[in-house]
Amino acid sequence: MSNIPSDLRYTKSHEWVRSAHGEAPNGAVEIGISEHAQSALGDLVFVEVPEVGRTLNAGEACAVVESVKAASDVYSPVSGKVIASNAALATQPELLNQDPYGAGWMFRVQTNSSIDDASLMSAADYANYLADEAK
Amino acid sequence: MGLKTALYDTHVLQGAKIVDFGGWEMPLHYGSQIEEHHAVRRNAGMFDVSHMGVIDLAGDRTCEFLKSLLANDVGRLKVPGKALYSCMLLPSGGVIDDLIVYFMSDTWFRVVVNAGTRDKDLAWIRRHAAAFDVTVALRHDLAMIAIQGPNARKKTMPLLAPAQRIAAGELAPFCAAAFDSWFIARTGYTGEDGFEVMLPAVDAAKTWNALCAQGIQPAGLGARDTLRLEAGMNLYGNDMDENHHPLESGLTWTVAFEPGDRDFIGRQALENLRRSAGHELVGLLLDDRGVLRSHQKVVMAGTAPLPTGEVTSGTFSPTLNRSIALARVPRTAASGVQVEIRGKLHAASIVKPPFVRHGKALIPV
Repeated sequence: MSNIPSDLRYTKSHEWVRSAHGEAPNGAVEIGISEHAQSALGDLVFVEVPEVGRTLNAGEACAVVESVKAASDVYSPVSGKVIASNAALATQPELLNQDPYGAGWMFRVQTNSSIDDASLMSAADYANYLADEAK
Repeated sequence: MGLKTALYDTHVLQGAKIVDFGGWEMPLHYGSQIEEHHAVRRNAGMFDVSHMGVIDLAGDRTCEFLKSLLANDVGRLKVPGKALYSCMLLPSGGVIDDLIVYFMSDTWFRVVVNAGTRDKDLAWIRRHAAAFDVTVALRHDLAMIAIQGPNARKKTMPLLAPAQRIAAGELAPFCAAAFDSWFIARTGYTGEDGFEVMLPAVDAAKTWNALCAQGIQPAGLGARDTLRLEAGMNLYGNDMDENHHPLESGLTWTVAFEPGDRDFIGRQALENLRRSAGHELVGLLLDDRGVLRSHQKVVMAGTAPLPTGEVTSGTFSPTLNRSIALARVPRTAASGVQVEIRGKLHAASIVKPPFVRHGKALIPV
């Protein structure tokens, strides 16, 4: 079973969303891809994150992760403005494989939407979703 | 359910991620594709390639038959055990498959063909073999393991019987020796030294595990693809197919036009195509970050309207830490091109493959 931290919310396209920590202003969220997603992709060799200042709509393709074999889009789980992106991924894409919920975070968005929104899954719901997908 | 090799259960036990490849359930990797790649470049790795078709051809006129069937000339094989890489062509010059043929005796040649094309290859070979009274046998009973890397031969030797060990140790590159039911060839698809061993399928799992115990890293199709592309070797279905002939696929060196009276299938078409400017297959090195992929558009330097080509195989090169590709482009003197990746143009340099051979980068990066 893959690691699914209980304090995060998840999308059907395997992004995770975290309410802002101390370093980000109120209403900001941090976004990355799940343990399951990085494992399915395999060794990542290229990551493109959205530019700071870009305005995103929920569901919009805004980042790309490429493994040796294939490229995949990453979709923003929320609407809002990009306030930070993880520059380290440009030179160390493997951070996403090694620590998808920590050093492998991708970008932060200032948003008005709540992460308790019905479109985002709890950890338990995401675990069920993965189990269903595997059937 | 797909087809399975004799090693399928072993792969699953070793934690392989299994994918469909040409109807076969094959290992993609056993954890990290990049580590498997480096193991082959730096030490030794092994691949289950039992899905490939091993076909034995027998009969007094086998050599004559193959001179007519293949674009390369088996007449060049003078010493038993010697191997030759060749395309098998349609009359149009399109490539039915690429293969390796081993000359074992005047009445026995062994051919190894791709998994995805095996059935059509067999049908084509059988259709043309009849006129030469050549018998065609698909060796379902064999498995094949490719052991590749600078230490591959050294690590394999202790597992061979004494007589096999002596003969295997004396094999020159691109040569093979047969012992009863085993067949050991110093060939491969990685740009490294090593063996391809064909053995009874019933012995495959035991042998694989013994090779593992020698410190040889199991490697999957993922690493096989990055290794072959670094080595500048074509993949059938990507870099050539029935709609593309050898002269526009980087395979002119495999077409034996001499002697001029050898009338192989596809010869007339290639003679005509030789005189046209056409396309060529080149190597590309991406200047920026990013990853080249097959079917991306290549935009040539020059004046509008700019001629275009297409990436046929692209990947990230773990050895060079850059993206590399093979691309079919209009013949050009230019050294720079641009490749369209997700709607944006990125600069790339035209380079001469191979990119990497025997562990060393051959392209300055």
